[in-house]
Amino acid sequence: MIKLAKLQKNFGHLKALNEIELAIKPETITYIAGPNGSGKTTLIKAILGLVKPDAGEIFVDNIKLNGDCNYRSKIGYMPQAPSFPENLTVKEVFEMLKDIRAKHSDLDDQLVHSFGLEKEKNKRLKNLSGGTKQKVNAAIAFLFNPQILILDEPTSGLDPASSSILKDKIKEERAKGKTIILTSHILSELEELAENVILLIEGKVCFNGSLISLIDKTEKKNLERAIASLMSEAAA
Amino acid sequence: MNRISAYIVFSFLVTLASSDTVISKSINIGANFEYKEVSTALQIVDRFDTINVHPGKYLLNNFLISKPVVLKGIGKPVFDGSGKNQILLIRSDSVTIEGITFQNAGISFINDNAAVKLDSVKHCKVINNIFKNNFFAVYLAETSNTKISGNTISASSKRETYSGNGIHLWYCKNILIENNSIRGHRDGIYFEFVKESVIKNNISQGNLRYGLHFMFSDKCSYYGNTFKHNGAGVAVMFTNNVQMYNNKFIENWGSASYGILLKEISDSNIRNNLFYKNSSGIYLEGCNRISIFYNDFIENGWAVRLMANSMDNKFERNNFIGNSFDVTTNNIKNYNVFKNNYWAEYKGYDLNRDGFGDIPYRPVKLFSLIVEQNRPSLILMRSLFVELINFAERAFPVFTPETLIDESPIMKKIKHDKASQTAKEFWAFESAQ
Amino acid sequence: MKELLKISKYQLNDVRRSKWIIIYTLFFFAVTYGLINFTKEPSKVLITLLNVILIIIPLVSIIFGTVYLYNNKNNITFLSAQPLKREVLFAGMYIGLVLPLVASFIVGAGLPIIIYIPLFIEYSGILILLLFAGIMLTLIFGCLAFYVSIKNEDKLKGFGLSIFVWLLLSVLYDGLVMFIMYNFSEYPLEETSIALSLLNPIDLARITLILKFDISALMGYTGAVFNNFFGGSWGIYISSVSMLFWIIVPMYFALRNFRKKDF
Repeated sequence: MIKLAKLQKNFGHLKALNEIELAIKPETITYIAGPNGSGKTTLIKAILGLVKPDAGEIFVDNIKLNGDCNYRSKIGYMPQAPSFPENLTVKEVFEMLKDIRAKHSDLDDQLVHSFGLEKEKNKRLKNLSGGTKQKVNAAIAFLFNPQILILDEPTSGLDPASSSILKDKIKEERAKGKTIILTSHILSELEELAENVILLIEGKVCFNGSLISLIDKTEKKNLERAIASLMSEAAA
Repeated sequence: MNRISAYIVFSFLVTLASSDTVISKSINIGANFEYKEVSTALQIVDRFDTINVHPGKYLLNNFLISKPVVLKGIGKPVFDGSGKNQILLIRSDSVTIEGITFQNAGISFINDNAAVKLDSVKHCKVINNIFKNNFFAVYLAETSNTKISGNTISASSKRETYSGNGIHLWYCKNILIENNSIRGHRDGIYFEFVKESVIKNNISQGNLRYGLHFMFSDKCSYYGNTFKHNGAGVAVMFTNNVQMYNNKFIENWGSASYGILLKEISDSNIRNNLFYKNSSGIYLEGCNRISIFYNDFIENGWAVRLMANSMDNKFERNNFIGNSFDVTTNNIKNYNVFKNNYWAEYKGYDLNRDGFGDIPYRPVKLFSLIVEQNRPSLILMRSLFVELINFAERAFPVFTPETLIDESPIMKKIKHDKASQTAKEFWAFESAQ
Repeated sequence: MKELLKISKYQLNDVRRSKWIIIYTLFFFAVTYGLINFTKEPSKVLITLLNVILIIIPLVSIIFGTVYLYNNKNNITFLSAQPLKREVLFAGMYIGLVLPLVASFIVGAGLPIIIYIPLFIEYSGILILLLFAGIMLTLIFGCLAFYVSIKNEDKLKGFGLSIFVWLLLSVLYDGLVMFIMYNFSEYPLEETSIALSLLNPIDLARITLILKFDISALMGYTGAVFNNFFGGSWGIYISSVSMLFWIIVPMYFALRNFRKKDF
């Protein structure tokens, strides 16, 4: 359960997050949408502690964020661009994360196997293709069985087969009761996965509800059209 | 028959009497002997006899030796001047003073009180004595053909006004000063108007002012001496035909301290010496036609300070290694020659492999001129900024003398072993006896 | 602290495998080994090493540090999103950066010297000081690299700033000092000149070393202040303490910025 209360973040004059009041439903796949500069990246980063809000509070599992970093062991983060020290091998990256998380057992390495990362384990990251790096990225996010998963453009750079594997994995975790936050530009797959939609425009929450109710409300035939219509409404 | 034998006997006796190689006798003085006083002994002995002085303390004041005798200490007897006046005054030729410890010749602002003073004499020897805390230790005035050797001379180096010189010569000729060690005096060795003398293998260190100080003393030679930690180093002036070989000038530090300061010296040779860790190695002012060859200038502050009024001096085949400043000068003009030296700072190349650098070397750095004008800038020593301006000046000399240049510097350090030395002992002194 | 060591270990591995570190090491090795063989004159080798330490080490440390941090921006962002304190991450990155740089220097310059150790026996005091200076300058300029890259989002600006910082501290500052000394030469300048030099870490390292290389010249100076400062051992102590400040202060500000930074 993630809750944001009166969350405020300004970058100079730009109000990236404008007194946001939000609760993200647990055990759900939530899609955070919005145009560029709407604050969705900032929102995610605030939850992860990468961005320090100017005002307001964030609660993860009813515990307020106060600068402490331990809550992040509950979160698995898959950033948009996979970024790991380029001279380390795949194996070393895994070891490094295991050391940081202080967790070497009870790991979920299903993706490691299904992506075939075993055979890449001694290769240095800089020698991997973009797709393979993204697979490593994904595997690490899921490795520690976190309660909350934050996935930023998870299937970008993945070939269709791997994309499917990942989407199946996401559904599996959802079935186990994980809370999953997604962003994506590939709306078709969001149709497949998203249960809840949060639309941010200019730092404010324009919509927070189920996918079905969004389509109902906007009377459009799919997610893309629905969001587009909401955005043009807001612009007016 | 009688007359002939008498004649023979007579001439034999005459020969015997007039010959100097007559067997001399010796007498002993000391606490356990019949004669206790030097004065008594001196009255009794004949010319060329030996007085053996046995251990004890003998208080002597301005004691005059006016006949040729050997005064020989056995077991280090002490002649004490009690802080007043001189101890021994020698006014006879052929006197030998040996094996005696002289101490406490008195300090005076008027007289040059010495432990042993030789005045207008010849063929004397002052050897293997110990001198402690005297105003002057050994003083020679108008003396010649005399040897001062093997003495250990020390004083307690109080202020300059309270200290005299260790070995002091005035108007002398053909003196040999050898194997002495001198410390704690005002000047270790001092010469004025001394000619044709040899100063060899002495150690003069820790003196208040100069380890060696001479003026107007032509044709003297200095070999194998060590001058170390003296307050102002070594200073020599107003002299021609100096020969300095194989000496060591070491660790003379201070703004007015020089390995050797040469003022108005000409037609001299300075070769195979070592200048190590002095603030300034050699300082030349008003000097002409000096050959400075085969010396080692190592880790000095300023190796060579060449003042503009020095001309026709030659610096060849020296090693300049690890000095903060190799050569500095005070004027844009230069009338001296630097040739075939080894400069550790030289960054040139030798493409034709002849052992000599293909591009010339300018040893005067712009920074040294800046430091001359503004001493605190020393703190910028070796900074990149300074190296850059030195480099710029070296490429396009504006402030440094154009002719102060070594056209063919040697690429490798030069070995200065004794075999390569071409020392001729001019003015060699033959020991008088 | 265990995390610190772990992070340091991985960062270290990442840095040390960089081809630039290898080139850096080879550079030191080539220069030192080449000089020893070419001149066989230990004092000349040491003086050249001094120049390399004063000029190259700060330049490489700050440039390499800045470039490395910018290249790993995403990396750092990701690790900041882990259950890892930012201070630990910062320290781990710093150690991971400076340790390979220091090692390159020590191994690259040290190996030839060890091979020819008989030549250098009597220069052991100077060798220790050179080592110390090289390490300190790496640490200081590594710190400055952190400060510049953390404070400046813009890569180009940060990189330019790093070069400028190096230029300022290695050349411009001394030019300024000389300008001051020249223009105020009527005033007694000894204390001022020492104080000014103590404000610059490169000058600090340099002064600690000229206390050994140029002591004969420094002792030939008239100023009592110079003699006291340079003649006594407290000159070295003051320089060392000041160098520590140059590590601590930039590091403090860099860390403060890092803690508050928005990724």
